[in-house]
Amino acid sequence: MAKPRVAFFDFASCEGDQLTVINLEEQLLEVLKLVDVVSFREAMKEHSDDYDIAFIEGSCTREQDEERLKKIRANAKLVVAIGACATMGGINSIKNTRPLEQVRREVYGDKWQDYPTYATRGIDKVIKVDAYVHGCPMTKSEFVKVVKALLAGTKPDIPDYPVCVDCKKAGNVCVFEKGQTCVGPITRAGCNACCVTEGAVCWGCRGLIPNPNVDAHKEVLEKYGLTVDELKNKFNLYFGGEKLA
Amino acid sequence: MSKADLNIDIHYVTRVEGHGNIVVDAKGGKLEKVEWQVPEAPRYFEAMVVGQKWDVLHHITSRICGICSIGHTLASVKTTEAAMGIEVSEQTELLRRLAIQAENLQSHTLHVGYLVLPDLVGAGSVIPLASSHPEEVGLVIRLHRLSNEMSDIICGRTTHPQRIVPGGFTKLPTTAQLKELRDRILAAEGDLAAFEGLLKALAPKIPNFTRETEYVALTDKREYALYDGDIASSLGDKAPVSEYLSWTNEYLVPQSTAKYTKRRKDSLMVGALARFNVNHSQLGARAKKTAANLGLTAPCHNPYMNSIAQFVEIVDFLDSTVAIIDELSKRGLKEEEFKVTPKAGRGIGSVEVPRGILFHDYTYDANGFCTAANCIIPTNQNHANIQLDMEKLVPTIMDKPQKEVELALEMLVRAYDPCISCSTHYLKVNFK
Repeated sequence: MAKPRVAFFDFASCEGDQLTVINLEEQLLEVLKLVDVVSFREAMKEHSDDYDIAFIEGSCTREQDEERLKKIRANAKLVVAIGACATMGGINSIKNTRPLEQVRREVYGDKWQDYPTYATRGIDKVIKVDAYVHGCPMTKSEFVKVVKALLAGTKPDIPDYPVCVDCKKAGNVCVFEKGQTCVGPITRAGCNACCVTEGAVCWGCRGLIPNPNVDAHKEVLEKYGLTVDELKNKFNLYFGGEKLA
Repeated sequence: MSKADLNIDIHYVTRVEGHGNIVVDAKGGKLEKVEWQVPEAPRYFEAMVVGQKWDVLHHITSRICGICSIGHTLASVKTTEAAMGIEVSEQTELLRRLAIQAENLQSHTLHVGYLVLPDLVGAGSVIPLASSHPEEVGLVIRLHRLSNEMSDIICGRTTHPQRIVPGGFTKLPTTAQLKELRDRILAAEGDLAAFEGLLKALAPKIPNFTRETEYVALTDKREYALYDGDIASSLGDKAPVSEYLSWTNEYLVPQSTAKYTKRRKDSLMVGALARFNVNHSQLGARAKKTAANLGLTAPCHNPYMNSIAQFVEIVDFLDSTVAIIDELSKRGLKEEEFKVTPKAGRGIGSVEVPRGILFHDYTYDANGFCTAANCIIPTNQNHANIQLDMEKLVPTIMDKPQKEVELALEMLVRAYDPCISCSTHYLKVNFK
């Protein structure tokens, strides 16, 4: 059987997720034995529009980018969103929390209308997405896990419970106990609570758990007298794109 | 008299970060258009941080760039500290120096090893080289992994670090980790020598093109500057970082969503070659020897030599990493308490990231919420220089086959190691 042909594309992003692919180092050579990379602008000159799996990094922030996204969708059998910008809009969606015209004027002055932009969104607001690799950046291990599942034709096992579960496993002191705010109780786990472990808080980069009102880590919310909505609004770095219909 | 026809439209230059196009039109030897275009989708970071609190600014601005996320984090925390009058400990400064060196090592190795090397051996990417040149690719991967693991040890993560915050570090590396890192750097000597040998053998493939321009970099009388210093020019003057706006002078051009900059000449260059040209006398003995061996002497006006300057820096930063680890070991690592009390004010911070000098500038209100921000990215400062290099280069090579002209132009852009997605979103906010 021919090896699956894979391609990488990016939209508005820092390209940190494609860098994470490159950072697989020797492991990348193993992955390359299983697939043919036919397009990866950041790393190679060759390009082909004939591919089976498209990995897309970055959020959609302009109407003109929708056409390119739709073309990729039409060419690919499977589309995988990699990283928070693609899966849900990511940090770029903070822009959505302020009036758009004001944002545009602040950055481009009186030429603001020459630089089109609209509310930041994840790519699944524009095209159908078959699999998600969450995180900002995504982790190397989850990327490899999703690739292996796709090649085997199975569904990758991605947690739908909150980061608090990972945090407990890691033995961390609860961020709220230190007097800080954290969106771990409503954020999808699967990162081993890496940011809290490093002394930061959970910022929400893996997106909301599928049913935050039902599955949030209630224990913490009750203890500190917070509702799910309050938490979403109090600390809003990554969830701006999810509010779009 | 040239009769060349050229119709070049490289829509997205490959093996660079972000989206850039090269357009050249010539008819019957008459050059009608030479353009470096930047169509990257703007992201509006400077407007995004307005209204955000001091303790998330570094988290947000880190996302300007996946490759230079450590540098953006450092510039951000230095800016917040400057605005609020926060002093950090000597230990924090030493660890931050390791952090910025780790990032430069990672990025330079990626650029020289994965992005530039394929051009020098006539390949489209590093992927076919993995089977045709397994030893060379193996050593590049090992050096790249070493620098990434150095970032992990110091910053807690290679991309979007978590430990670096205003005031200090939330978590420290262990003494054992630093010792192991030191041992591994010393053990990489063979790989480094092999890499140098490879570049020496391929050096004749580097185009010989020069155009005099202004080189701008941080300078610090204590060391080859990366973490701190004043802004200095190859034309001889210097100024404190607080005067950065008069050194950048951003302006808009129609073919680009990124802004351009200039100062005393029509354009300027920042990055490894600029640092080398401004600060070469402060390199360590081994790096100086490497520079001489690879034919890099100051002042060098060949932009293609930026990749060689990056390799010289790799050698130097590995040596200075060992020196800093020795200093930290002598002192002993200590957990330090630090606290930030928000204060109204404006701060400006700068570091040298892999692609050159980076400025952040924030204004905070009394509760520590950001009211205005400006960031000027190295690649913005290079766009105009790339354009002018192309304008000088094309007439000298336009009789060659179109493919060769295209390759020379792509290699030129690549030599700058542009970080285009970073460079797209910025302009002044009016400070009054």
